[in-house]
Amino acid sequence: MKLAYYPGCSLSTTGIEYNMSTLAVARTLGLDLWEIPEWNCCGASSAHLTNHLLALALPARNLAIAEEAGLDVAVPCAACFARFKATEAAVKDSAETRATIEEVIGRKYEAKYTVKSLLDVFVNTVGLSQIKTLVNRPLEGLKVAPYYGCLLVRPHKITQFDDPEDPVTIDQIMSAIGAEPVYWGYKTECCGAAHPTVVPEVGLKMLKSIYQGARDAGADCIVTACPLCLTNLDMRQKEVGEQNNTQYNLPVFYFTELVGLALGHDPHTLGIDKHFVDALAFLKNKGFLNPVQNRRDSE
Amino acid sequence: MKRVGVFICHCGTNIAHTVDCEKVAKTAAEFPHVVFSTDYKYMCSEPGQMVIKNAIKEHKLDRIVVASCSPRMHEPTFRKCMESAGLNPYLMEMANIREHCSWVHPDKEKGTEKAIDLVKMAVAKVVKNTPLTRSSIPIHKRALVIGGGIAGIQAALDIADAGYVVDIVEKEPSIGGRMAQVDKTFPTLDCSACILTPKMVDAAQHPNINLVTYSEIEKVEGYVGNFEVTIRHKARSVDVSKCTGCGTCWEKCPTKVASEFELGLGTRKAIYTPFPQAVPNKPVIDRDNCRYFKTGKCMVCQKLCPTGAVDYTQEDQLETIRYGAIVVATGFDLFDHSVYGEYGYGKYPDVITGLQFERLINASGPTAGKIKRPSDHKEPKTIVFIKCVGSRDEAKGKPYCSKTCCMYTAKHATLVKEKIKDSQAIVFYMDVRTPGKNYEEFYQRAVDEYGVQYVRGRVSKIYQKGDKLIVKGEDTLLGKQVEVEADMVVLATAMVARSDAGDLARKVGFSYDQHDFFTEAHPKLRPVETHTAGVYLAGACQGPKDIPDSVSQASAAAAKVCGLLSKNEMATEPIISAVNESICSGCGLCISICPYKAIDLKTITERVHGKMLERQVAAVNSGLCQGCGACTVACRSSALNLRGFTNEQILAEVDALCL
Amino acid sequence: MLKNLEEVRVFMERINLTPGLAQAKPIRDSLKEHCGTDVGRCYQCGKCTAGCPVAFAMDYTPREIVRLLQLGLKEEALKSKTIWLCATCDTCSTRCPREVEPAKLMEGLRQEAKAKGLVADKRLDLFNDLFLQLVEKYGRVHEMGLILKFNLLSAQPLKDAGHGPGMFLKGKINPLPHTIKDNGEVKQIFARVRALGGEGK
Ligand SMILES: Cc1cc2nc3c(=O)[nH]c(=O)nc-3n(C[C@H](O)[C@H](O)[C@H](O)COP(=O)(O)OP(=O)(O)OC[C@H]3O[C@@H](n4cnc5c(N)ncnc54)[C@H](O)[C@@H]3O)c2cc1C
Ligand code: SF4
Ligand code: SF4
Ligand code: SF4
Ligand code: SF4
Repeated sequence: MKLAYYPGCSLSTTGIEYNMSTLAVARTLGLDLWEIPEWNCCGASSAHLTNHLLALALPARNLAIAEEAGLDVAVPCAACFARFKATEAAVKDSAETRATIEEVIGRKYEAKYTVKSLLDVFVNTVGLSQIKTLVNRPLEGLKVAPYYGCLLVRPHKITQFDDPEDPVTIDQIMSAIGAEPVYWGYKTECCGAAHPTVVPEVGLKMLKSIYQGARDAGADCIVTACPLCLTNLDMRQKEVGEQNNTQYNLPVFYFTELVGLALGHDPHTLGIDKHFVDALAFLKNKGFLNPVQNRRDSE
Repeated sequence: MKRVGVFICHCGTNIAHTVDCEKVAKTAAEFPHVVFSTDYKYMCSEPGQMVIKNAIKEHKLDRIVVASCSPRMHEPTFRKCMESAGLNPYLMEMANIREHCSWVHPDKEKGTEKAIDLVKMAVAKVVKNTPLTRSSIPIHKRALVIGGGIAGIQAALDIADAGYVVDIVEKEPSIGGRMAQVDKTFPTLDCSACILTPKMVDAAQHPNINLVTYSEIEKVEGYVGNFEVTIRHKARSVDVSKCTGCGTCWEKCPTKVASEFELGLGTRKAIYTPFPQAVPNKPVIDRDNCRYFKTGKCMVCQKLCPTGAVDYTQEDQLETIRYGAIVVATGFDLFDHSVYGEYGYGKYPDVITGLQFERLINASGPTAGKIKRPSDHKEPKTIVFIKCVGSRDEAKGKPYCSKTCCMYTAKHATLVKEKIKDSQAIVFYMDVRTPGKNYEEFYQRAVDEYGVQYVRGRVSKIYQKGDKLIVKGEDTLLGKQVEVEADMVVLATAMVARSDAGDLARKVGFSYDQHDFFTEAHPKLRPVETHTAGVYLAGACQGPKDIPDSVSQASAAAAKVCGLLSKNEMATEPIISAVNESICSGCGLCISICPYKAIDLKTITERVHGKMLERQVAAVNSGLCQGCGACTVACRSSALNLRGFTNEQILAEVDALCL
Repeated sequence: MLKNLEEVRVFMERINLTPGLAQAKPIRDSLKEHCGTDVGRCYQCGKCTAGCPVAFAMDYTPREIVRLLQLGLKEEALKSKTIWLCATCDTCSTRCPREVEPAKLMEGLRQEAKAKGLVADKRLDLFNDLFLQLVEKYGRVHEMGLILKFNLLSAQPLKDAGHGPGMFLKGKINPLPHTIKDNGEVKQIFARVRALGGEGK
């Protein structure tokens, strides 16, 4: 199965382990990810907040390149996914918008192919049963809080994926690899996006309620599908804990990292050593780093 | 030579302020066939009618045009006026120069011009009018009530007391409807069963009432005064003539299933009556769940029944009965709140509906009247009520207000405070609607005396945290986000039409709205009639209603039924469709077009070239035809014509306007 | 800058409704056209605010912003911090029973406030500007560089500095800005958007 792949800016810097784990796992799952050559930034929320046309045009250039190659596009980053979907919808919706965008990007783009979140690809293209059969280190006893954030599921009209109030794809993937997803009320709460950096007095409070929610639900760790969410939840955890006289100790993973681990990949290949909250030590404690048969990385 | 008189009404200033009535009258005097024309302040008044009668006599008028309000308003008045002047009432035409003219146009000059056109058209038409005579149909003096809730019971009692035989067809094993599920009733807090059970018993014992329970309407044919209704008696598997209601069978039956009556909060047996005060107090076997019907083994009930009433071989039976009138009283269902993801998609056990709450506080309910939450049977201390769930919500529910939930939520909160002294009852609301006698006082008592806390705002999210439910809202009066850690949440879910409401309406042949509530003939002036003669509405099937409203409407419908049944025969409107058999090709297109099922094919014999030939032509049933005219447009050979609105008459109007 | 959140709600003088209401209809119509949502439909239920993750910090709650617009008090809405604090999470729009989309209003008001120079919280605006400058220049965004530059310009140079070395060691910060080989195409996009009347700063 060949798909165009748009890593986006985060996956080459702060979210580098998302890229590493995605590529490693994709190979095992038989996904052929073709990185869009010379891709550009999608503009993220900054373009969206500033200028409507720019926000549509920046993703469109990438989509146009993928369209030339005749491929559906897999997008790991939830923020990029939301922007891509918005562009796809706008182009499908109005011929006039399409013409303007094509003029601005200087390329043809007709939204002939579909933008899919990486989660969607895992659940609906690869399939849960396929993932299940490839597991050789089931993460039994790992209680994870699946965290989707906003951009994957909202606005539902545009993302057209999973449920806006009670999404389940991460939950399903976690069950498939033997982990136990906990039920909690913050699945789709907002992580604050740029707020923890830009207006910390607000953003850190938003993060606090998420940590608290995960802890109250009895989770050992949090799993996400978005580099922005992960960076916020991981990098700010110590700070927020200190502000509130507590330690949350909740490692934050990309779902691809845990899938990789369950499929038998080496944690370093997956980039699990790159987190702020010590994820390696946590996994070691849980006994998930013991050597397994059929290690994937030697393949 | 036709002699037409024209009468222009001022309707006080209603018409006269935008139409120069005098000028219209003067102009009309010049139209062909018009021999007299005048205007008057109020044509419908006694003196106004005298003007018409005198003119008819004096000027030897043989037909008239009245230009005034809508015919819906005063056509009957002027027809009577014609009759008393000795003319056929159908030789009168009305030009609507009020609703169609003065009320909608601001400009007097243009208004006058349009009024003149409207009168010109009416004159052209009336010249082509022919006298029409009403015919009559016999009336069968027996009534059918569909649905045995409080509305159906009340309607049946009133009709029966007036001396007519009435059958209540109820699809459940017992009559009683939703009111039987309700614990206490606002605004008096008297116990629902205490006031309902006597009525149910009255109905069962009334010599004029037949309870036809566990039965459904299969087919309805015929028309007002003469409905032919086929009823399906579902196989009860119990011979009611032998059964004494002793209860041995349902005590001993080994099969337990979730009880519909208890809304899943309690269980019943496979052989059951829905609730202890059921009327008739005779069980039915739920064949989908009965062990014997599933596996061929068991037969415990049959073995133990002291009167040998259990009969596994019973089959559904069809019976056709003739009725003069039908009252539809099939009630309502509750909105399914599982569409609300933000409230947990119906998956949290302690988020329940108001009706489930009624069962929880009912002494004969699954918890014997102790408020216990479904998940762990603990007594909840903090109970949140959320109003307007599924109501007033275009995005996920219904746009309308369900009318009863403000009151029953006040009732529920009051009962919580009464039963659990150290409890908190918190109501999230957008508005509190209490327009009813003693309703506002009831709500105020809940707040002042019982200490129910009202918070204005729609809840955005409920989620489960441990054994608590976190409820997030805004107190919009404060402009602050608020949160409650609740033990139980009660949703005041919308009242919606029964899921089979549309089917029933199509079977009986009357109309329903976009929400599947049945449509009354006029929202203000004919609230209990349908557009189908002889079919009346009562209770919540017509729209959300509480008990007082349902009962009032039921009595009103009963009065209409009695009015109808008190006559031996009734006059029918002559404005119905007529077939010109000589040009009808018998294609039958009109049959599928007619919304009242009034057209059938019949065989005629005619002589063609000396031979007798048989062929099919359309035949209009004068009892069923409502004169809507749909068929006349559909007929390709123009064989159908609506009396009083013939093609010739309508073309004359068009010509008058355009030529 | 927000010093004390508790001070956000200042006493409001009595509002004379007449001048605002005269503007209410044109404001409603223009919002319908520019934001694609109709404030007239809002019945002030508060469901939007109840679920908003940022409402606790806002000077007007999302519902109150809609109310201001209904009353024709758009100026007040444009000057609010709320429109800048909104995290565009879309929770409000997803749950509104009247299908009003407050998130779209926030977006529209933000753009208008910026055009009119009424930016109530400069930080988010600065961040967005810096972000887009990087995209225009390099085609891609170098996140840590962005954060450090933002901290410098927003006069909090040492904030987040502690995270820097950690990131660096973990291979998360690339010392050189990422760029695409030929960024001419992306520069063109910015230029054309500007030419078409968008600000595209
Ligand atoms: C939680 C709750 C609490 C309430 N509390 C109060 C209160 O305190 N005071 C008050 O005044 N009102 C109250 N109400 C409103 C009250 O329940 C209704 O006003 C009343 O039940 C309406 O009566 P009905 O006969 O029109 O309909 P229903 O009670 O629904 O009865 C309709 C009957 O028709 C039968 N039926 C349906 N379809 C068919 C069919 N196709 N063929 C044959 N039979 C059929 C049904 O089985 C049922 O027996 C409450 C409502 C709710 C939901
Ligand atoms: S035969 Fe059916 S209804 Fe009778 S006792 Fe057995 S399970 Fe119950
Ligand atoms: S009656 Fe009250 S609770 Fe029910 S829909 Fe109307 S306003 Fe809402
Ligand atoms: S949720 Fe919608 S209707 Fe309710 S206050 Fe917000 S915008 Fe208005
Ligand atoms: S989009 Fe903005 S206003 Fe709406 S809920 Fe999210 S943060 Fe609040």
